[in-house]
Amino acid sequence: MTAGGKLILGIESSCDETAAAIVADGAQVLSSVVASQIELHARFGGVVPEIASRAHLEAINNVIAQALQIAQAGQEQISAVAVANQPGLIGSLLVGLMAAKTLAWAWEKPLLAVNHVHAHAYSAALDGQPPQYPAVALIASGGHTSLYRAGSPMEIELLGSTIDDAAGEAFDKVSAILGLGYPGGPAIDKAARDGNPQAIRFPRSLLKGQSLDFSFSGLKTAVLYHVCGVPGAVRQGAEKGAQRLSPREIADVAASFQAAVVDTLCIKLRRAVKATGARSVILGGGVAANSALRAAVTELGKKHRLAVHIPAMKYCVDNAAMVAGLAYHYLQAGLTAPLDLNALATVRR
Amino acid sequence: MAEVFTTRSVKGTLDLGRKLAERFGVGDCIALHGQLGSGKTVLVRGLAFGLGVTDEHAVSSPTFVLVAEYAGRIPIYHVDLYRLDKAVAELESLGLGEMLQSGLVLIEWAERAADLPRPHWAVTITATGPRSRRFVLERVP
Repeated sequence: MTAGGKLILGIESSCDETAAAIVADGAQVLSSVVASQIELHARFGGVVPEIASRAHLEAINNVIAQALQIAQAGQEQISAVAVANQPGLIGSLLVGLMAAKTLAWAWEKPLLAVNHVHAHAYSAALDGQPPQYPAVALIASGGHTSLYRAGSPMEIELLGSTIDDAAGEAFDKVSAILGLGYPGGPAIDKAARDGNPQAIRFPRSLLKGQSLDFSFSGLKTAVLYHVCGVPGAVRQGAEKGAQRLSPREIADVAASFQAAVVDTLCIKLRRAVKATGARSVILGGGVAANSALRAAVTELGKKHRLAVHIPAMKYCVDNAAMVAGLAYHYLQAGLTAPLDLNALATVRR
Repeated sequence: MAEVFTTRSVKGTLDLGRKLAERFGVGDCIALHGQLGSGKTVLVRGLAFGLGVTDEHAVSSPTFVLVAEYAGRIPIYHVDLYRLDKAVAELESLGLGEMLQSGLVLIEWAERAADLPRPHWAVTITATGPRSRRFVLERVP
């Protein structure tokens, strides 16, 4: 099934997923293999950086081999090797980076470096309609919550980001408060289906003026106070936390919390569209898999006549197809990376 | 000897951090204890401002990245062990030694660390009302 176009091998290992993919001409995904460490972390009760990088190291060769095999592609068919070299956990990034450099060197192919978050902004273009530019991209995950103006897949300008917790982190922490487990995104989404999103009016922190930054720390605290009681006030049984709530009440808290996050994200998205004059919006990142957010952004697009680009569920979580897809544009522009390329843990852009 | 401070708002906690910052320098480690939403990250932001960090965006929750570094008058390392497992959260594997040689280390969810450097400072934060907080600062020998 090898296509006639330019095939790029993409590699991604910035956090908890080891991934490789082959994408033709920045659009058609021939293979996308993702090995997740979630089960491993669950077994250890949390992330252990050394175990995380070792797990990447153990998985990476198999993941790359599988991606090549599924795409029925070999060294001859591959035009370039791409890697997300920033941002992420440094020990994890280095595993993917070393693999990409080694293959680029051994196969004598160009090496391409992309920003993991910018790649999320490209994930909606995979196996679908290419986004219209300029666009506003909202990238929300466990580690990021940022708004960008995208002039093209490669021209990405930061408009605002979270000043405290990321949206996905708020999902994880509220899920822990409610005793719904990790990862919190799917758990809250599921619990919220049986709940009333208007049951509790949690705060929508919009910050001053027309700020395009986000703050989710106060929302997390509001949920905690609702469930466990306000500090200093006497409340019967509050020390039991979520255990004193009925399944119905937990569903209401989950739905109301989710509504507060979705509202906040949509209000900021709308502000960013107004500020930039963009006629199209792009979603990306793990939180883009949330059913309420997908529905609300689709609705926003209809109401304001904006083109809406939402990635397929499998491209919301970390994957390498988005890396290979975005890297195609770097290859076309001749923007290759040197073999002494570094990994960068944090980047604010 | 423990010192006790109280604040009545987020701004008050930021100011407390600013005020306390002058006491700490390269090689110091502060362990921050407190529940979700108690204001650990807010206190870190105040300390960072007090140490010359000017970018209002610099300090956000490092829960996902585990360690964030800010450039103040001295480097500030903001560590968050929330995602780490209690039994195996060895700070050495996060590069604690190098961090202490070059800057100030602030550790959220420090009770999950298998090992904390001795001596270190400990700040225990308790919510006493919706916005008011009590801070107990002590030297752990």
